[in-house]
Amino acid sequence: MSNAAREPLRGIVVAHGSIAAALIDAAEQITGARGFLTPVSNTGCDRGALEERIVTAVGPGPAVVFVDMAAGSCLIAALRRLRERDDVRVVTGVNLAMLVDFLFHRTLPPAEAAAHAAASGGNAIKVP
Amino acid sequence: MSLLLFRVDDRLIHGQVVLGWGRPLGLDRLVLVDDAVAANEWEQELYRMAVPANIEVVFASIASASAHLPEWKADRQRTALLTGDIESMAALYAADHDTVKLINLGGLHHRPGRTERLPYLYLTDDELAFLRNLAAEGAEVVAQDVPTAPAIDLEAIR
Repeated sequence: MSNAAREPLRGIVVAHGSIAAALIDAAEQITGARGFLTPVSNTGCDRGALEERIVTAVGPGPAVVFVDMAAGSCLIAALRRLRERDDVRVVTGVNLAMLVDFLFHRTLPPAEAAAHAAASGGNAIKVP
Repeated sequence: MSLLLFRVDDRLIHGQVVLGWGRPLGLDRLVLVDDAVAANEWEQELYRMAVPANIEVVFASIASASAHLPEWKADRQRTALLTGDIESMAALYAADHDTVKLINLGGLHHRPGRTERLPYLYLTDDELAFLRNLAAEGAEVVAQDVPTAPAIDLEAIR
C-alpha cells in the first residue's frame, strides 16, 4: 500500500444535471460527514470541459469517483483522464447507499473503498 | 433513405442520442465519425457500452465516412450519423451534399469564446458565420436537442 493510499479518500460524484449535489447533500445529512464529497455536473460543458471539471475535483487524490450511469458522457470523461491513475477508482450507478457507505470507509485504499461502496449500493436495490 | 439523422454533438454517443433519438427513429445503426475515436479501440469500447446490443455501432474517420455515405444511404439499416464538431459535418456535407442535407445541431457546449445561443448550443461568431455559409451553399441546418423539442432553423439563431 502506498502512502497516498493511506490518506483519507475524497469522493467525487459526477452526474447529469443537479443529481450529484442533491445526493451529496442527502448523504451528508445522514452521516454528518461533511466536506468529503464534491459534486460535478455535466451541465453546460463539452467533453473537454467536463474532463477538466472532474480532474480539478479529484485533485492530487487519492479518490473514488462515483458516476451516475454505466455508460455515457460522465463515465467516458472520467475514464479518459483517470483510468491510468493508481490512486483513483471509478464506480458507476451511484446511489445514496453507496455514498453513505463510502463516507464510513474513507480510510480504505481506493480500490477497496470503491468495491465496498459498490457492494452496498448494489445491495440497496431491491423489489420489496 | 436509411440515413435518418446527421447530428453534431460534442458529447458524441450518450443517452440523449441513444434513447432520445434512438427509440423514436427506431435506429439500428449509429455511425460515429471522429478521427480520434476511430483510431482508439479503448474509447470505442467505452462508447459501445452506451448502446444497446441491437444497435450496431460503426466508428469511422471523416475520410472513411465520406466514402461510405452512398452505401449507408442505400442499405436498409436505420442509421444516425454523429460528429463532435461542425467542421467534421461540413466535410461530410462537402463530400456528398445530396446525402447530407439536413444537419442537426444537437449539442455544442460552452467553451471560451462561445456565446449561448440556446441552452444546448454555444457558438462563436465565427462558427455561426460558418454555419450560415453552409446553409447558403444549400444545407438545411437546424438546432434540436431531442425529437420532442421544436427544430429551430439556423436563421432564428442569434
